[in-house]
Amino acid sequence: MAAPSYGKRPWTFYVLAALFTLFVIFLYGPMISVLVLSFQGPSAALNFPLRDPSLMWFDELFNPRRVGDVPGAFSRSLPLALITMLLTVLIAVTAGFAFRRRFRGATLVFYMAIASLIIPGLVLSIGILVTARFLGLSASWYTTALGAHLSWTLPFGLLIMFAVLGRLSPSYEEAAYDLGARRWQTIKEVVLPIVFPGIIAVALFGFTLSYDEFPRSWLTVGTLNTLPLEIWTMTTNVTSPALYALGTVTTVVSFIVIALALGSILIIQRRRSGSS
Amino acid sequence: MSAPAIEDGTAAAAAIPGSGMKMDEGMSVRKTSLVPYLQVAPLTLVLLLFFAIPVALVVAVSFFRYQMLVGLVPDFTFKNYVDVLSNPTSWSLYLSTFKFTLIVLAITLVLGFWISYFLVFHVRNLMTAIALFLICTVPFWTSNIIRMISWRPVLGREGLINQALQGMGITAQPIDWLLYSDFSVVVAYVHLYTLFMIVPIFNSMARIDKSLLEAAVDAGASRWGVVWNVVLPLSKTGIALGSLFVVTLVMGDFSVVTVMSGGLSGSVTSGMFNDLQFLNYPRAAANAVILLIVVLLIAVAIFRLVDVRKELVR
Repeated sequence: MAAPSYGKRPWTFYVLAALFTLFVIFLYGPMISVLVLSFQGPSAALNFPLRDPSLMWFDELFNPRRVGDVPGAFSRSLPLALITMLLTVLIAVTAGFAFRRRFRGATLVFYMAIASLIIPGLVLSIGILVTARFLGLSASWYTTALGAHLSWTLPFGLLIMFAVLGRLSPSYEEAAYDLGARRWQTIKEVVLPIVFPGIIAVALFGFTLSYDEFPRSWLTVGTLNTLPLEIWTMTTNVTSPALYALGTVTTVVSFIVIALALGSILIIQRRRSGSS
Repeated sequence: MSAPAIEDGTAAAAAIPGSGMKMDEGMSVRKTSLVPYLQVAPLTLVLLLFFAIPVALVVAVSFFRYQMLVGLVPDFTFKNYVDVLSNPTSWSLYLSTFKFTLIVLAITLVLGFWISYFLVFHVRNLMTAIALFLICTVPFWTSNIIRMISWRPVLGREGLINQALQGMGITAQPIDWLLYSDFSVVVAYVHLYTLFMIVPIFNSMARIDKSLLEAAVDAGASRWGVVWNVVLPLSKTGIALGSLFVVTLVMGDFSVVTVMSGGLSGSVTSGMFNDLQFLNYPRAAANAVILLIVVLLIAVAIFRLVDVRKELVR
């Protein structure tokens, strides 16, 4: 068993392989059923079987007569996710570098980030709303909701940077300096290539966590909904496959982002191993 | 390293011990400068503005008075806490939340441990292991609400499972308790949160030196002995972090329990939700502070149990 013994596979392998397969089916099965049912015909049935496949429920999404304002919600969620992603990368990456050195309050900032990660979203939502009230500001997606999302994406970004920078030995930079490289040269030629795939991972987390965030958005977006809030409203109001169509659309957007991120990491890795 | 860095990314949660190491060895040789302070300033600013101050204000508001039509009235009263704690509903909500937390923690622990074990110790090709690991993590980056709703056409009265059971003649009537029940709530939690267990445990296990396992086998350890005495203790940091995530996510949830129980069950947060709808901020705040204390106590207990701090300075 255990370690790579390269002999006959033990029986535990088959048991665990079966468990893993079942888990993957459990993970993806329901998502696939939503994907299929979003092509339901005009029968408006929410269950299988699929009758007269059509695109009518997608059409319904973009011509909001019966469902909510999906295009509007999307036009807020997308920029919000992009801004969150950009700020998460800038702030989390620089902060990650700070933790490579000793500084006063490092432990405090670290635990504050962890606490910000594990605090129930609704609790923080209340807090941010109350803060905005005290400051006389009204809640909106580009102020309070952006802050709420950052309180969630930044700790994730920081943890990723810890993992990435853990592999960047300070001796690489020292070697570069010893060889006469200037500061920016060292960053550009030594640090950045090593850290770059990690930065893409931070960006992926920043985008997707914001794009799908619900509890922290609930009180903080103000009067205009983001997409997850629109979906939340639809779960109670809409009893047509339009809901599934929306699920398919958001999942496709997520998958495009994931594919872009993983694809670019793969290309970078390949180029690097090719050049070295 | 040949492993795609995304592995680092998704596996980040388990990086805390490593990061702590960096905090202390790092570049301390060099003269202390302003640079790290400038680097960490934006993060600190955001955390202060959108975490520390809001939490402080929630604590402050929890002592305020609530007046109909007026709203918040500054005060220092324990009335909100008395309200919450003397209400039998809040106790039953806590009980039900704890029940879900324990059940989900147990299931995700077993699944997370054995799936990680399979990926790390049974899959012999590194690229295959990483690909399978990614398959497990991709849903993490998609919408939770959609993943939750996707159980409706599977578990419903006319859903796939009932159709299959009736089609095979196993049951004559559709089974009602599959959806809008405690069962469906647990299914949705496990579906959503097992990833939070797999990622840190996988990361811990991947760092275990495989020769340790061979040594244990050579020394006469049984199959279970190796798992119990070698793998389990060495993955405890990942187990602790995964548990921290799962416990805090379930404790702070209200959307899953609301949608998947069809409104039959509630959670601590759904109590808050109701207060908020009546704009009773002080009582919602008191409720929030109590929940926060409970969650923090659990977090501290987990950190103590595994002594992450000791690993930080090691």
